[in-house]
Amino acid sequence: MVPFVRSGNPVLSVLDKGRWRAPEIAFWAFTVAVFFLFPDHLMLGAQVLITGLFALSLDLLVGYTGLVSLGHAAFFGVGAYAAGLLAQAGWGEPFSGLALAAAAAAVVGYASSHLIVRVHGIAMLMITMGVTILLHELANRLSWITGGDDGLQGVTMAPVLGLFGFDLFGRTAYLYALGVVFAMFCLARGLVNSPFGLSLRGIRENGRRMPAIGSPMRSRIRTVYTMSAALAGVAGALLAQTTEFVSLEVLSFQRSAEVLIILILGGTGRLYGALIGAAVFMVGRDLLASANPQYWFFWLGLMLVLVVMFARGGILGGLENLLRFVQRRRNAR
Amino acid sequence: MFESVLGVLFNGVAYGVLLFLMAGGLSVTMGMMGFVNLAHGAFAMLGGYLAVTLMGVAGWPFLVTLPAAFAATAAVSVVAERTLYRRLYRAGELDQVLFTIGLVFMSVAGATFVWGPSQQPVQMPPYLSGQVSLFGFEASAYRLFLIVVSGIVTAALVFGLEHTRFGAQVRAAVDNRRMAYGLGIDVNFVFTATFAVGSGLAGLGGALGINLIGLDPAFPIKNMVYFLLVVSVGGLGSIKGTLVAALLLGICDTAGKYYVPEAGAFTLYAVMVGVLLWRPAGLFGRR
Amino acid sequence: MSTAALATEGLFMNFGSLAVTRNVSFRLPVSARHALIGPNGAGKTTFINLLTGVYKPSAGRVLLGGADVTATAADQRVKRGLSRTFQINTLFPDLTPLEAVTLAVCERRGLGGAWHFGLKRCRAQVEEAYTLLERLGLGSDATRRTRELAYGRQRLVEIALALAAEPRVLLLDEPAAGVPARESAELFEVISALPGDIAILFIEHDMDLVFRFAERITVLVAGEVLCEGTPDEIGEDQRVRDVYLGSGGHA
Repeated sequence: MVPFVRSGNPVLSVLDKGRWRAPEIAFWAFTVAVFFLFPDHLMLGAQVLITGLFALSLDLLVGYTGLVSLGHAAFFGVGAYAAGLLAQAGWGEPFSGLALAAAAAAVVGYASSHLIVRVHGIAMLMITMGVTILLHELANRLSWITGGDDGLQGVTMAPVLGLFGFDLFGRTAYLYALGVVFAMFCLARGLVNSPFGLSLRGIRENGRRMPAIGSPMRSRIRTVYTMSAALAGVAGALLAQTTEFVSLEVLSFQRSAEVLIILILGGTGRLYGALIGAAVFMVGRDLLASANPQYWFFWLGLMLVLVVMFARGGILGGLENLLRFVQRRRNAR
Repeated sequence: MFESVLGVLFNGVAYGVLLFLMAGGLSVTMGMMGFVNLAHGAFAMLGGYLAVTLMGVAGWPFLVTLPAAFAATAAVSVVAERTLYRRLYRAGELDQVLFTIGLVFMSVAGATFVWGPSQQPVQMPPYLSGQVSLFGFEASAYRLFLIVVSGIVTAALVFGLEHTRFGAQVRAAVDNRRMAYGLGIDVNFVFTATFAVGSGLAGLGGALGINLIGLDPAFPIKNMVYFLLVVSVGGLGSIKGTLVAALLLGICDTAGKYYVPEAGAFTLYAVMVGVLLWRPAGLFGRR
Repeated sequence: MSTAALATEGLFMNFGSLAVTRNVSFRLPVSARHALIGPNGAGKTTFINLLTGVYKPSAGRVLLGGADVTATAADQRVKRGLSRTFQINTLFPDLTPLEAVTLAVCERRGLGGAWHFGLKRCRAQVEEAYTLLERLGLGSDATRRTRELAYGRQRLVEIALALAAEPRVLLLDEPAAGVPARESAELFEVISALPGDIAILFIEHDMDLVFRFAERITVLVAGEVLCEGTPDEIGEDQRVRDVYLGSGGHA
């Protein structure tokens, strides 16, 4: 092979994509700083991280593979109930709950993936919605297991690593959630910067071309669907464990729609968009919705309409455009 | 026993035709433009609230509010289509889903603001209340009225589609939009007109349905799943498909609630998933 | 007679009651430079889709290097050495040509599904992709988004993707379509410069290009093979003339 010695080596444009950059490190440093800066809002912080992980799992499907799902809450809910039931049954060790939740959600994800690969368009939307509604109904019917409308009670968590008990101020919850979310984020990050991740983007960009370059598209979709479900399950488990409660709401259509909105708000296909979208959405909702829930609904709807029409890349997309604009001005000088 | 079967069937058909009225337009416009419109329920809601306002504030008789609901909703839909929807025909599914969800949220908030969050009470005129003796069982007069009205509308729709030039253009545009355009059909006009009729019918359905399924600001969200269910099972672009699917859904739902209330909505969605796997394009869909 | 690189036996394709491909038996020898021509609607692209596995035939067999691949999935046929380009650019708009070809190279090497290591460990694949792009003259465009490239350049990316699979059989569906005349000749120079052991079948409408680059020509009309032969034979065949120029007054 001819050694490439030119500067601005094009090969590096592909090889270097996965490198950790300064803004990323700053982001995670900030999440640690939050622990010290906002000691009264750590429960909210934990929920933001959990929702961010949930949105991250959806980004793998929507942002990277180009699939639309209105039913991602199915996996979130399965994970939440799995972890909750395990704790309720007496085994309150947190990490086992996560593992069980991931496994359960992955199984459901794998099963649904076989349905998903056979449909497109509105049929896919309906099937994703249908699976979630079915699970919701099932959870409702099996109220003697799930607690039904009253929710799952008696979810008591043992201390994390045997040392850090879950406290009322959410301090353990926040650091626990942060650790888990960061680990899951690194997993997702590794995934999207791998050859597999590149093939997902290929599926998103042109599904017709994929078989023509020798790519088994259906198998890839099944794999990413299962992985995405597992991550969503972990997020659901975190919710169950940090709030020590699971309600039917975790399987609701509202949750599926909400996570999709959050992802668009932050920007798809960028991983960080999911986290930033979750932060903005949840903090925003906390501030605005308590004042007047109607107005929140209206402004949320309006924002959605405007984002789709004018700011398709969401917050991160807007930032990228801004940066590009600034760079162009700088180069022009 | 027989009376109850007939009764369940009758009620199921009444619910089914109401669903058809509301979802039929959605099927045709989705089939024609491939546009996922989750805000269709908002038009139905608008028709309902209009009827309520006209009756309550202006004192109009119920029957007169019906064509008014149709016309006004159709007019509003034309404005919405021209200003908003048109920009998104080329956008992907995800964009259309999110955009129309945004519209739904705005309409729900708007309705709550103007009319309040509770169910709208309506007084049906006396000749539409009460029971009618039909084939040996007591049928609700209102449901009978619903079936009759829907029957007339369906007949008009089918006649329009099959025997008028405009109807032929609609069928052509649903079948192959690009080809229709190439043949000189003004597809934009056909679409706007179809969208208007479809939304107008939804508004009519919303007005007619207050007495049956109620009306509150959460209407578009609560019923959207049913519309999508009917449309996807029936097949996009097919009036016949939507009618069959709506009747099926109406009867199954009513029968289910009557005979097997523990199953809830479970069977309905299980059947939907099953049908879509067997026929992803719906029972009467294309491709 | 040696094993053909690609062959079909009695291939039929029906869409409902419409017979689009009728009893096509075809042989593409190794190292062939073979053109497939015919009027619009003759079923040429359908034939390519049957060869590649996008469509399943209603009857008949497809043989790749002597092996029956009729029931083999499209992506598997690529792994076995069959590659194609599309009549209309079917590319990855948001990826760069380098990313796209790297993906194709990874797929060929069975790495497309690898999620446990990063692209940063795939230097060999990326370099191979870059070399291929340079060979086609796309080196300077390698790191721009595909959607930003001129149509003619995109057409070259289309070919690069097909070549990344290191095919033994290459099917080109109107490679010069949409490309201005000067550039299309260059395009075909690139195609002729391809290694001799690759069997090439191309569909083309531009008769100058066909007669310049094809060693043999098959004429397809209404889904059936009308005739086959060398360019001279086809050029003189009266039936071919009738099909293209019309035998006076037909619907």
